[in-house]
Amino acid sequence: MSKRRSDWAQRPQARFLRWMREGYGALDDEIISAVAQPAAQRPDAEALEEHDRLIGTHRHEREMALDRLANYDLQRWANTRGRKALTRLYVLLALLLGASLIYFLLDTVAYMPRFGQVAVPTNNEVIARYIEKGLEETGAINIVAGMILDYRAFDTLGESTVLFVAACAVLILLRIDLDDQGQPMQQLIAEGSDDRHYEPKNDRILQGSAMVLTPIILLFGIYVLFNGHLGPGGGFSGGAILSSGLILYLNAFGFQKAGRFFTYKIFMWVSFFSLGFYGVAKAYSFYMGANGLNSGIPLGTPGAILSSGLIMPLNIAVGLVVACTMYIFYALFRKGGL
Amino acid sequence: MSFVKIALLGMLIVCALGVSLTRNLLTSLIIYMAYSLIMAVIWMLLESPDLAITEAAVGAGITSVLFFVTLKKIHAIKGDRDHEQAQK
Repeated sequence: MSKRRSDWAQRPQARFLRWMREGYGALDDEIISAVAQPAAQRPDAEALEEHDRLIGTHRHEREMALDRLANYDLQRWANTRGRKALTRLYVLLALLLGASLIYFLLDTVAYMPRFGQVAVPTNNEVIARYIEKGLEETGAINIVAGMILDYRAFDTLGESTVLFVAACAVLILLRIDLDDQGQPMQQLIAEGSDDRHYEPKNDRILQGSAMVLTPIILLFGIYVLFNGHLGPGGGFSGGAILSSGLILYLNAFGFQKAGRFFTYKIFMWVSFFSLGFYGVAKAYSFYMGANGLNSGIPLGTPGAILSSGLIMPLNIAVGLVVACTMYIFYALFRKGGL
Repeated sequence: MSFVKIALLGMLIVCALGVSLTRNLLTSLIIYMAYSLIMAVIWMLLESPDLAITEAAVGAGITSVLFFVTLKKIHAIKGDRDHEQAQK
């Protein structure tokens, strides 16, 4: 049997098979012959183990030395020629990326129709309808507000929700809970990673100017919010102005005073009720007021402050969500809580 | 009017280059605020006051404030660390 096999191993087909299989070399031949033919004498197991151990340690040392050598070479290369080469490569890649970006953007712009011409695709029946019938259908003098909060109100709901979700994510990441007894949190508090230890504040100039400016900013924000359907402005800008006034107050007078009227609870309730009101109101008008049906919400006289149906309450809801979100962003970044 | 527009657009480009070329993060942030303000004026000239108000409030106001706080958080504002140690 063994004779036939060794004979077969020398034949061309076997050699071809061997060639086909990668890694089948002289060592495999040796192993096969060693298995096929019994050894002259039974090997000693202990001696074999010793042999293996020796070989193992030798191999380990050799690999360590090789590693050190490679590391040394790499370090030297990275500190001399390699640094230059890599820097050059990075500059080259950055230039390539920038150039290709500029090329593709310019290419896109070159395909766009000229700005403000009659034949551009944006001049279609939709825009004509908005301009001609916008005042009649939404009751808003500011066509932009009519578009954002009436025709395209669903988009605005999504935007407000995105802001609220972003605030929640920042809350999860940055909140510092003083009652948390866990070691990492206590360490964070001890390190003074929040700005609580700067209080109380005694900055005369800041407090004086904030005393004058905060009411004016808040008033302007409320004006922009309530006037969104009559003039430029609306939820997002009004909310941003409101929150900037709040942030100014917070900076001037500290967290303790700001915390008296703006707590975590208030943030949650205001956001929840604003978003909920927005969703309910818009769902009502989508189901009841679409396709020329009468929703039962009076549009009022165009130009009066109480007009244009749902646009003003929706503006206020969006503005409250934006103001709360921006303010809580700031508070979380400053001290990890309200 | 056209001269004003060209001047504003030129300042816009200068500001955009300045933001990316300045080494100091605080300086580049202030240039970014200026960029937003110029952009708000340009929106105004393009007859879209809605966008102008939003740009001024969000771009120049809130975003910059959040950037400032972030820089403070990562101790990127120069002299911030020394100030903090002096407080302790």
